[in-house]
Amino acid sequence: MRKPTPPSQELIKGIWRENPVLVQLLGLCPTLAVTNTVKNSLAMSAATTFVLIGSSLLVSSIKKLVPTEVRISTYILIIATFVTIADMVLEATVPDVHKELGAFVALIVVNCIILGRQEAFASKNSVGRSLLDAVGMSIGFTAALTVMGTVRELLGAGTFLGHSVFGPHYEPWVIMVLPPGGFFTLGCLLLVFSWVKRRSAARATTTAAPVAAREAA
Amino acid sequence: MTVPSATPPARQSTPQRLIFTLGGFGALAGLLIVVAFTVTQPRIRANKAAALAAAIDEVLGAPDRYDTLYVLDNALSTTLPEGTTADQADAVYYGYHGTTPIGFAVIADGPGFQDRIRLIFGYEPSTKRMLGMKVLESKETPGLGDKIVKDTAFISQFARVEGPVVGVKAGQGKGNPNEIVMITGATISSRSLIKAINATLERVGPLLATYAGEHSQ
Repeated sequence: MRKPTPPSQELIKGIWRENPVLVQLLGLCPTLAVTNTVKNSLAMSAATTFVLIGSSLLVSSIKKLVPTEVRISTYILIIATFVTIADMVLEATVPDVHKELGAFVALIVVNCIILGRQEAFASKNSVGRSLLDAVGMSIGFTAALTVMGTVRELLGAGTFLGHSVFGPHYEPWVIMVLPPGGFFTLGCLLLVFSWVKRRSAARATTTAAPVAAREAA
Repeated sequence: MTVPSATPPARQSTPQRLIFTLGGFGALAGLLIVVAFTVTQPRIRANKAAALAAAIDEVLGAPDRYDTLYVLDNALSTTLPEGTTADQADAVYYGYHGTTPIGFAVIADGPGFQDRIRLIFGYEPSTKRMLGMKVLESKETPGLGDKIVKDTAFISQFARVEGPVVGVKAGQGKGNPNEIVMITGATISSRSLIKAINATLERVGPLLATYAGEHSQ
């Protein structure tokens, strides 16, 4: 019988092992489009977190009520409701950021991370586990977007959260806040992430090999 | 001999159950959206009104008060055209210092390099001089086209130029009172902005002149 995953693993997996952006390569549309500044990255992350957690809680609570035939339609309806609420709240509280994000807030409806988690996890697991999964995935998404936003804003504008970092003589690399800068930063980030993962895996193998040999002897 | 199936066939839901499920969740979604709309709408309206008031202040030089006038087919009117709301109506704003009229704040909109550019400008019809200009919405290329929002030397020219405006490249002006020196590296965006202003002046200029003539002291 398969051993059940400890609840803490449901939280941690989304941050590193199954990071939605850096491992699963999901949600790349907002990742590339709105990470030209840290502020936009954080606002998009907050909206996605709200929608992901809200949808996961609701979907896992009602999973027995929804017939299989209409489950996707129901999940989309739930996700769209949370997105509409997030859109209105952003417009009311941070109108400038809302204007900058434009259509990308509404496009959270079709973000693969959200529907993917509902179909693959929340519809098959308890409310508690679904909450942990959603929180972990949201942290992973937020971390990826924040790193992207930080690199692009620092190099592309010489600022962090609008505050000058490199002084008035810095000549910004404008390309970093343009779409090619998004692809370039994501490529570099994926490269670094993959290198770190391989290195830790290799280290784990070298540590485990002498122990196994000793046990065999 | 028939082999018994390992899994029982999936139970099919009745059409009534499918309709009830989707209808129920649709109603719940509608209710949540209406609540969110009711809560956020007053703040969204207040934010928009504050942003507009700040823009009018900037282009008219902080008037003591201003009247909102709606553009009808052949006149300006203080009453909303029938069948339209304040958000939908085409409006201009007539500012006063005490009882002395300053001029109109007019919103213009036109295609830019990336997307539409929306701006507001101050205009005094008797002298045909502009009083100022502020870009309200623009998605022009960061570092290039977005200079129409940030370049103070370019923007300050709109505080004295005569309308309709003519855009000239740097060093090619003839010193005419209707010339604006366009931004090097943002020529298309500068030209688009000027075109939007001229198109709006052509459309509402005669109405502004008539209204100002009738209401001057």
